[in-house]
Amino acid sequence: MADAAVQDRILLPSEPKASLLKSRGMVGFLFMLPALAFLLIFLTYPLGLGVWLGFTDTRIGRDGIWIGLENYQLLWEDSLFWLSVFNTLLYTITASILKFALGLWLALILNEHLPFKSFFRAVLLLPWVVPTVLSAIAFWWIYDSQFSVISWGLIELGIIDTPINFLGDMENARASVIAANVWRGIPFVAITLLAGLQTISPSLHEAATLDGATGWQRFRHITLPMLSPLIAVVMTFSVLFTFTDFQLIYVLTRGGPLNATHLMATLSFQRAIPGGQLGEGAAIAVAMIPFLLAAILFSYFGLQRRKWQQGGAD
Amino acid sequence: MASVEIRDVRKAYGSQQVIHGVSIDIQDGEFVILVGPSGCGKSTLLRMVAGLENITGGEIRIGPRVVNNVAPKERDIAMVFQNYALYPHMTVADNMAFSLMLKKAPKAEIAEKVNRAAEILGLTPLLDRYPRQLSGGQRQRVAMGRAIVRDPQVFLFDEPLSNLDAKLRVSMRGEIKALHQRLKTTTVYVTHDQIEAMTMADKIVVMHDGIVEQMGAPLDLYDRPVNLFVAGFIGSPAMNVLEGTIDSSGFRVGNMVLPVQSAPAASVGRPAYYGIRPEHFQLRADGMPVEVIVVEPTGSETQVVARAGHEEIICVFRERISARPGETILVAPDPALVHLFDRDSGRRIN
Repeated sequence: MADAAVQDRILLPSEPKASLLKSRGMVGFLFMLPALAFLLIFLTYPLGLGVWLGFTDTRIGRDGIWIGLENYQLLWEDSLFWLSVFNTLLYTITASILKFALGLWLALILNEHLPFKSFFRAVLLLPWVVPTVLSAIAFWWIYDSQFSVISWGLIELGIIDTPINFLGDMENARASVIAANVWRGIPFVAITLLAGLQTISPSLHEAATLDGATGWQRFRHITLPMLSPLIAVVMTFSVLFTFTDFQLIYVLTRGGPLNATHLMATLSFQRAIPGGQLGEGAAIAVAMIPFLLAAILFSYFGLQRRKWQQGGAD
Repeated sequence: MASVEIRDVRKAYGSQQVIHGVSIDIQDGEFVILVGPSGCGKSTLLRMVAGLENITGGEIRIGPRVVNNVAPKERDIAMVFQNYALYPHMTVADNMAFSLMLKKAPKAEIAEKVNRAAEILGLTPLLDRYPRQLSGGQRQRVAMGRAIVRDPQVFLFDEPLSNLDAKLRVSMRGEIKALHQRLKTTTVYVTHDQIEAMTMADKIVVMHDGIVEQMGAPLDLYDRPVNLFVAGFIGSPAMNVLEGTIDSSGFRVGNMVLPVQSAPAASVGRPAYYGIRPEHFQLRADGMPVEVIVVEPTGSETQVVARAGHEEIICVFRERISARPGETILVAPDPALVHLFDRDSGRRIN
């Protein structure tokens, strides 16, 4: 005991460094350092580099010089850029609405008492588990102008006479890539919403049944409002993933035919890497930021805890 | 308001039968409590009355109508759930108004009914709050308000007080009883708490393993339990039960003889159980000696755990007792209040 007291007295006037290391805040900061370094190297640096490149005329193999907003001025007058903006918005909005509707519907079905329920839940995840490139190659065959299984089936059934030109026609190509994206994105929406559905107490549905609610009224007045905070989260992520989609398009159409499926991400890549115009490509990528920010802000307000989720003030 | 008639009702999940032919008559305006240990089928029976569970066999009538195949919302009943089942995204007022809104009742009528119910339950200042902002007791009251506004034929309560603390439970017990006296709506109430049953019910139905053990007024069940199960379940602390044989001089447990006022002549010499409630012991100079193990004074009474022969008994006395553990006191059971049960069947024999 006496020894310990002496030790304490010796340690007390020690250097500030030791006490700094002992403080909780410092320890916490040290633990965060690896994550911080990771974020700086792999997130902040590339993003900053991208923004900077957008203001230069850098080409592959040649350092650029600062040209201000010239890249953006060029893009402003570039009809292909505006087509890619239109394509991206069409792609994102249509695919997100479909993913939401179909995902919610699947989640509702899987929330019922079905035979082989866990089997169906596992199968549902498959499109999400398969690497995008692999599923895109599968779709490439499904959409093949000669060997498409869909065309074959429809011809066998006598519904059509000639194979459908899935990826060669502008409208068909847009619909086809959207369908492939929806197929891939549904599991994420469905599984997340299913998890949300399972947190809704069955007694709420029983109470509503006794209150006289029909199935539709229970969905409308109980399920949907209680699911809405989760829907906001899921759809924000879904919109962000869809807006920045690259792999699927690049494998299926590379932006064709006639640039009908060129998204901002694919156009940015095409200009920057095969085209060599790093500065211009970066400018297109930077032009996506306002759209993404808008989506995030929208969800930020949508995500704010509803009044009913807040605890008592008194 | 309406009577409820439960006639030989059975419930099976697959091959597993959980309710084996239960018949209960509930009069118009009566407050009936189904009580029993967990898993006895009382909640299942209530949910069958509500229409939340299918009826495997038998018949349930609400008023003159057989409701076996009537949808829950057509049965004109209201239910209060154990977890209250309030809609978290609706205010107190909206929670109460929900059923009327679905019926497309005029706004003025909804407001009037909600305000009236809120007044009865003291919820008026809370109408704009969300369930999260309420205490347990307030939520319980909102759940009752939701039932009241519908003005149903029958109220069903499924363990409504289980989630409240002990003090609140006592006051809510009084409130529910007062509410019933005011509205006089037929009520079926499920609980596992026999004190709730004793204090609130007009009629208690004791259930065990899917059958009705006994049905009757609270004090009848207390004074004349028909079998060992009811004897042990009703009353707190529980009845003392000693195993022995009936003989001509009384009831023999080991080398003790306990007094019995009257036993049927045919039962003499038979193995049986001797039941005596803790409060039916008296301190008497001619009593039997028992060794005190624990003394628990509650202020209004004193509970003594003691050893009589090889058996442990609990006695409750109105008077204060200064005995210490290890000392011997003299206690005598009141022979007029002794319950005798057959050892094999557990049925009452006196």
